[in-house]
Amino acid sequence: MVAVTRMVVRRLLIGVFVMWGAASVIFVIVRAAPGDPAAVFLGPDADKEQIARLTAALGLDKPLFEQYVRYLGDVLRLDFGESYRLGRPAMEAVFERLPATIDLTLTATAVAVAVGLALGLVAGSRPGGAVDRVVSAVTIALQSFPTFWVGIMLVLTFALGLRLLPSAGVGTPAHLVLPAVTLAFPFTAIVARLTRSSVAEAMREPYVQTARSKGLSERQVLLGHALRNSLIPVVTIVGLQMGALMGGAVIVENVFAWPGLGSLVVDAVANRDYAVVQAVTLLIAGVVMVLNIVADVLYVRLDPRIRTEVAS
Amino acid sequence: MSQAAVLPQQVATRRWRSGALARVPYAVIALYVLVALIGPLVIDYDPVRTPLPDRLLAPGSRIASGEIAWLGTDALGRDILAQIVYGARTSLGIGLATVLVACVVGVTIGVVAGYSRGRLDAVLARITDVLQAFPAILLAIVIAGVFARSVPVVVLSLSVTAWISFARVTRGVALSLRERAWVDAARVMGVPVRSIIVRHVVPFTVGPVVALATLEFALVVLAEAGLSFLGIGLPTGAVSWGQTIANGQQYLETAWWISTLPGIALSLLIINIGILGDQLTARHGQRRPRS
Repeated sequence: MVAVTRMVVRRLLIGVFVMWGAASVIFVIVRAAPGDPAAVFLGPDADKEQIARLTAALGLDKPLFEQYVRYLGDVLRLDFGESYRLGRPAMEAVFERLPATIDLTLTATAVAVAVGLALGLVAGSRPGGAVDRVVSAVTIALQSFPTFWVGIMLVLTFALGLRLLPSAGVGTPAHLVLPAVTLAFPFTAIVARLTRSSVAEAMREPYVQTARSKGLSERQVLLGHALRNSLIPVVTIVGLQMGALMGGAVIVENVFAWPGLGSLVVDAVANRDYAVVQAVTLLIAGVVMVLNIVADVLYVRLDPRIRTEVAS
Repeated sequence: MSQAAVLPQQVATRRWRSGALARVPYAVIALYVLVALIGPLVIDYDPVRTPLPDRLLAPGSRIASGEIAWLGTDALGRDILAQIVYGARTSLGIGLATVLVACVVGVTIGVVAGYSRGRLDAVLARITDVLQAFPAILLAIVIAGVFARSVPVVVLSLSVTAWISFARVTRGVALSLRERAWVDAARVMGVPVRSIIVRHVVPFTVGPVVALATLEFALVVLAEAGLSFLGIGLPTGAVSWGQTIANGQQYLETAWWISTLPGIALSLLIINIGILGDQLTARHGQRRPRS
């Protein structure tokens, strides 16, 4: 366990470094962007004097390095300043939108893991069989469709055609179905491919032979032995895919007018609301980093073989 | 674990490669390239010309000028087939440019880091850690969104993360090659490091890099479509699939074809590039990049 603790500490230190780097990248992009932030903040009616006063108030007349140090301090305090469009602290707006994105990504993850495990299991139990080939074709398609188009096609079919589900917005659990399924599409394929290959691999292992020879049914062998071991890589891939999942959410939220971080950040980018852009991007980077570490730790905890490896 | 992730396609690929089916992706991709190159010369399209009497015509309808709009028209009376043809040029062009930039930058950094190891290699690892802290599409949205709308900015915004997988793959190849006999021999003979890298290391990266470039191309084209769907990056007047799909979203109920057809064009292209990429990856023994 000491070894695992050491691993966590090491990962956290790297994480702090990565967050510093991420904050710096955002600083560079925002500062390199054309347009005077103070002028943007005040709008087209502001006169020169007002702009100069705000520039001084925001510290934008200071040397770049001083601005950078001040910015890092602000990041540490999670203070990204006022959003000029919303008229309140950017972080406040961001935290308000966070729950909707969490709902969406968690539901999508659950859908992707459930469907992906099932597909991977039936495909992997008989590698090369007809089912395997069909699943393989399905996963290629799932991964290749652009998510925003999938969303629109689902709306066309289930909201406008069959009138089963709402096409956009929030309110009832039914509103969550289409966005979550859309977001789950590529991740279902990833989980299915991974499960398929690890189940197929496990089926060749001696312990599966043992399970068979002691008279267990094929079903028991699959679920009790082959699947159990295949779950470990799935945990890791889900953790590693969190970044891509958040990226997918940014697009899917815009298809369904889902009031999460994704629709907030696209709106902020389009309107040069840099306070919100910085707050959202760094929050997402932080969340993704923490989830990656959690997945790593879970991986080590779940698999005794790796636990010994880390310890030695 | 992730090496195993390519298995389903490898099995499928082995089966297909024997048959003519293996050549289908080549044919489909060649068709897209042909359409992108020649289509705009054959079909006229002006995004600013909006013949309103022709608006929202279903596929196969006759427009006012007597011609037939095979794939229908959009809410401003513009032809969908023409938008798909011009969109192919935009997508393939940006995809190609981005993969080229990412490939040159990634291979250079990867080979040098893998060959020299040490501090340079550690710096590379930290840079990729930082860049991968953001979802790639989010970083592209922010970069393409805050700078002036233009094609080079879009290419840059997509290249910022796309080079990483090239660097990772070539770093691995370079790392394993630096201990090989012919590299040692060259070193002992006093061949300058630059020549060793160019003559004795880079040629071995070609196979995996080509396979990776194919898969990256698919990801880049998808990402570009996502950007233009959100209305970010491309200058006004540019024609792209993502934009046409976005324009059709509010007319779904009356004119399904506006969003549906460009999406099919895009999906078919990505599916075929994906299959080709998996074939090449299986042949060159490199794993499919994550995300």
